[in-house]
Amino acid sequence: MNWEVILPLFILLLIIFMIGIWSNRKMRQSKSFLADYFLGSRELGGLVLAMTMVATYGSASSFLGGPGAAYTIGLGWVLLAMTQVATGYFVLLILGKKFAIVTRKFKAVTLIDFLKERYQSKAVVLLSAFSIVIFLFSAMAAQWVGGAHLIQSVTGMTYLASLFIFAIAVLIYVIIGGFRAVAVTDATQGIIMFFGTLVLLIGVIIAGGGVPNIMSELQAENPNLVTPYGHDGNLTSAYVTSFWILVGVGVVGLPQVAVRAMSYKDARSMHRALIIGTIVVGFIMLNMHLIGVFARPVLPGIEAADQVIPLIALETLPPWVAGIVLAAPLAAMMSTVDSLLLLVSSSVVKDVYMNYIRPEATYQHIKKVSIGVTAVLGVIVFLMAIEPPQLLIYLNLFAFGGLEAAFIWPVVLGLYWKYANKHGAIASMVVGIGTYIPIYLYNDTYGNLLGVHAVTIPVFLSLAAFILFSLLYKKEAYYY
Amino acid sequence: MSHLKQQDQRFRIAHKEAWIGCGLAAFNIVWWYGFAYTLGSKPPEEYTYILGFPAWFFWSCIVGFLVMVILVILVVKFVLKEVPFDEEVEHE
Repeated sequence: MNWEVILPLFILLLIIFMIGIWSNRKMRQSKSFLADYFLGSRELGGLVLAMTMVATYGSASSFLGGPGAAYTIGLGWVLLAMTQVATGYFVLLILGKKFAIVTRKFKAVTLIDFLKERYQSKAVVLLSAFSIVIFLFSAMAAQWVGGAHLIQSVTGMTYLASLFIFAIAVLIYVIIGGFRAVAVTDATQGIIMFFGTLVLLIGVIIAGGGVPNIMSELQAENPNLVTPYGHDGNLTSAYVTSFWILVGVGVVGLPQVAVRAMSYKDARSMHRALIIGTIVVGFIMLNMHLIGVFARPVLPGIEAADQVIPLIALETLPPWVAGIVLAAPLAAMMSTVDSLLLLVSSSVVKDVYMNYIRPEATYQHIKKVSIGVTAVLGVIVFLMAIEPPQLLIYLNLFAFGGLEAAFIWPVVLGLYWKYANKHGAIASMVVGIGTYIPIYLYNDTYGNLLGVHAVTIPVFLSLAAFILFSLLYKKEAYYY
Repeated sequence: MSHLKQQDQRFRIAHKEAWIGCGLAAFNIVWWYGFAYTLGSKPPEEYTYILGFPAWFFWSCIVGFLVMVILVILVVKFVLKEVPFDEEVEHE
């Protein structure tokens, strides 16, 4: 085992654990367990807010899969990754102040609370909870597999032992700390991600003999690597542009991101988060993917794309620095997982259990159920990740688009269009998910329909369905 | 009544800021697409390089990102307004 690498990683896990305990102590003094456990009492400041959005959003795919793809495909993939810069400002400006005001007024703690109040419909709530549980569960399991693979590649332990370490670390602090622990540790992890990216970028550029040298080596190997069209020339502009919907503006519809837009303290925090978030997201996305491209001449012939980042870090940096830098992707995965875990358990406990099964439940009872459900979900994901089906990796990518197709219009139009009603919302969710899944499967076998990513068409169809059904049933204006 | 009016005011600001978000994203897409698929569609032998990067990439991804950061900072400093989020701001 390579202790010089493991030690910094281990220290990071320890710090995260301490933060969880500290947050828990703070929570005991709070009046509202629910708002605190799931939302951190709506008092996040600008830096924490920005970092928690970055850390939740930046998952295994930004640090392992994405750079791996850039390694194979070249600068075209970096271009595609840059569609994500929009997430830094778009979500906060669109949901922005109105969502913050309205969710406070509704006393909404989850995205589903908001939808429930706005549409007053049991079908909307159950459809939403169902999509969250199904899609996020798959997204989460894939992150656990990624985390375990990373620990495995650093420590040389077996997959099962690595998975166990990852799972224990995540579970402990999610269970004891809730949202505040998640948000505060997200902030720590976001900062680690930022500096880890910077150090690794410098390391790779030095190892490659400077940017001009790297570029001429790439061009000598395959000129397509430096074009926007990918290594085989097949990356079309329509396909790359459709990622503006999947990972750019469509992110508004992701529940794990939207819930953060109701957690800030005041307008000032939101303004600061806009600036910090844009800088950090753009910086990490640009540079992590560039690292993937630059790694190609430095370390040619890597077969498994997911290993590009760990291998290049171990190759170009001193061991203890590599340990800290590799803490970045690990941090990214842990923070994604913990947020998702919390979200899935909040859907089960708050949105289904408290709404429809035991509305009169006491504080103590809810607390027990929340913590119990979170723990049980964690254990189930662990069991799923022991022998990951190949499908799981697909399900992760799939989850993103599925959630967007389901939620983007019920959230955005519910907030801004006064004629939005429950018929529109239900139609939109059914059409969104109902067309997304077949189109996704079709694209998988026959190539991309109309040359764009599977999420594109369902997003437009669900918009049409929303408007059509809202107007068809009854045209009654809604005022907040 | 004064309560209602104040609500409207806050939502008016929120609506305006949401449109600004759309505007920023639209500008971002145009800039990103414009540089990438005009300068980048030439055959790679004819590429020019800036700071070691192909010109299309430099303008589209690197400068494009910096431009967006500057725009966001300007919007936050000069356009966005601070509004209270809570309800209890009722006078009288």
